[in-house]
Amino acid sequence: MPKITPEDLAKITERVKRTMILREGTGRAIIRVHMGTCGIAAGSRAIMSTLMEEIESRNIKDIILTTSSCAGLCSREPMITVEVQNQPPVKYVDLTPEKAKIIFDKHILSGEIVKEYALAFGSERVP
Amino acid sequence: MAYRCNVLLCTCTMCVSVGALKIKSKLEEEIKKYNLEDEIQIILTGSSWLCTKGPTLIVQPDDVVYQFLKEKDIPNLVEEHLLKGRPVHSLMYIDPEDLHPIEKLQDIPFYHDQRLIALWNRGIIDPDEIDEYIARDGYKALAKVLQDMTPEDVIQEIKDSGLRGRGGGGFPTGMKWEFCRKNPGSPKYLICNADEGDPGAFMDRSIIEADPHSLIEGMLVAAYAIGAEKGYIYVRSEYPLAIKRLDSAIIKAREYGLLGKSVFGSDFNFDVEIFRGAGAFVCGEETSLIHSIEGEPAEPRQRPPFPVEKGLWDNPTNINNVETLSCLPRIINFGAKWFASIGTEKSKGTKVFSLAGKINNAGLVEVPMGITLREMVFKIGGGIPNRKKFKAVQTGGPSGGVIPESMLDLPIDYERIQEAGAIMGSGGMIVMDEDDCMVDIARYFIEFTRDESCGKCSSCREGLDAMYEILTNICEGRGKEGDIEFLEELGEAIINASMCGLGKSAPKPVLTSIRHFRDEYVAHIRDKKCPAKKCVDLIEYSVDQEKCTGCFICNVNCPTNAIIGEKKKPQTIDKSKCIKCSVCLEVCKFDAIKVG
Repeated sequence: MPKITPEDLAKITERVKRTMILREGTGRAIIRVHMGTCGIAAGSRAIMSTLMEEIESRNIKDIILTTSSCAGLCSREPMITVEVQNQPPVKYVDLTPEKAKIIFDKHILSGEIVKEYALAFGSERVP
Repeated sequence: MAYRCNVLLCTCTMCVSVGALKIKSKLEEEIKKYNLEDEIQIILTGSSWLCTKGPTLIVQPDDVVYQFLKEKDIPNLVEEHLLKGRPVHSLMYIDPEDLHPIEKLQDIPFYHDQRLIALWNRGIIDPDEIDEYIARDGYKALAKVLQDMTPEDVIQEIKDSGLRGRGGGGFPTGMKWEFCRKNPGSPKYLICNADEGDPGAFMDRSIIEADPHSLIEGMLVAAYAIGAEKGYIYVRSEYPLAIKRLDSAIIKAREYGLLGKSVFGSDFNFDVEIFRGAGAFVCGEETSLIHSIEGEPAEPRQRPPFPVEKGLWDNPTNINNVETLSCLPRIINFGAKWFASIGTEKSKGTKVFSLAGKINNAGLVEVPMGITLREMVFKIGGGIPNRKKFKAVQTGGPSGGVIPESMLDLPIDYERIQEAGAIMGSGGMIVMDEDDCMVDIARYFIEFTRDESCGKCSSCREGLDAMYEILTNICEGRGKEGDIEFLEELGEAIINASMCGLGKSAPKPVLTSIRHFRDEYVAHIRDKKCPAKKCVDLIEYSVDQEKCTGCFICNVNCPTNAIIGEKKKPQTIDKSKCIKCSVCLEVCKFDAIKVG
């Protein structure tokens, strides 16, 4: 391993940033794939792999991809909830890997909500 | 490789001892079963969580924490949480007050009131990965001091921050560095004192196990300030995991050019060596520690000259504790002003404590100076188990003293704790409840220091022996009038006549317990009674003839057949056979066994 200079510290930080934001919970956006039994049966694991590949291939470092349980609307699975910082969460339904790619492109990368796949803005109220 | 989920498994010495590594293999097996290897990463961290509730793990980014894990819990945990995203409530932390599980790490009071400076990276990084340390602003402070600051600037910064030695003495760190720097002797040495020997203390070990690079970076900053090129980390052999992680961290830092010749390409050279101590308590005293490294018998010597004038091989030597050094990277990064804004007027910053004894949340805590002992015990510590009554807290281990309930509102501050007769010490904090006998506790600590006394000063060697004998007599019912006064006089004499910190502080547990719990000593001596019912020679077991139903359970369980009587009739205890093992007390369902 070569010796490093002070300038290299920033490069190393950048390299492991994705891992660290996951632990610190400080991403620009969070994508939650709903992975209840219903979701998995409807194909949410393929959605998860697609999104992971997208993040990997584009070398994106400031987005957290995680799971959540059944969102309560089992007939419309696979579902994801996209939460861009300082914006209300958006729930997408009836997904396929292709639709997930489009949502990733438009909503996550360009900030443009894909209305035709969206169910609603916001999440249920918790008493 | 990018993952969507990190499982941070605590692998400190304590968690490993209760099976954390088995949990790791089981986790790997289950993750593989669901083909989640590409999605979930397992990270081994150090000291992340409540130490008596291990094995524990934290799932990120969900911030969910699990405790008391067993291998059989893992299949369900992986399927429910890691695959389906449903946190498992039955494995979470249970609030001792309302008995509900708490899901998020940050919502647990134990965590909520802590402020991490020395433990900045605890439980969040893999101690074996230098890159993860760097990503958390690691080695930035080193770059800053080498590029923008002169050694004098660094010393001034640390003086301004108000940082004081965390090993127990509380001497201002910046001032110590200045003495060492100004001394003309050469070469100069830097020693990190990681010889943590008091019963119930595990701060230094935990810091090293969780984040060895903070210590190394702190040493680099200190070495630059005092002008040392060689450093030693004096760590006891009983800490094999800490030594292993430190070793691996040093190798990685050398590969990156952060240790060795021309650090970061500058003209500053510094390297460290681990020195394994054999585990003598007296080596925590700095002159004994120096003798130990030199290969001499570990005995203290007269000070002055202080080690900053004549230390290792008679050269100027600066000795700092692990926690002091581990705070440095943050002080340099965030500034002296920031550090000085935390804490009380004379005690700045935070202090790491290892909370142990009769307390719900035993573990490692870092809190701002000035927090009261009450908050520490009842809020962070979660109170006393089994609804017992709080009695006292021992700070500073065998060198410290007891603080009773009436003084619980005392803020944690070097001077204030000293006024109470105890010491801040390195940060051990042992909580005692109504079942603990103060005479017995004092005897325990004297037994420890008596064994650990190096024997150089007769006051300490013979004095502690005499104290131990008197305390044993009191506990065994042979105490006589005048013993308390003699203990006080003897204690003062040992403090005045002993040379090093061991002898100067060893009588403190006895003196403070006499000061705050004199009535317990009197009860032992005059009435031959132990109010806490701990000293077996002063208690007797008997059966309450009205409450006893003759269920016979005590009779069957008594190991010496001391309980006599017929079935369905009240029993009696044959005192000549009774060995006071308390089995009858534990098995009786009718509260009929009396102790007194």
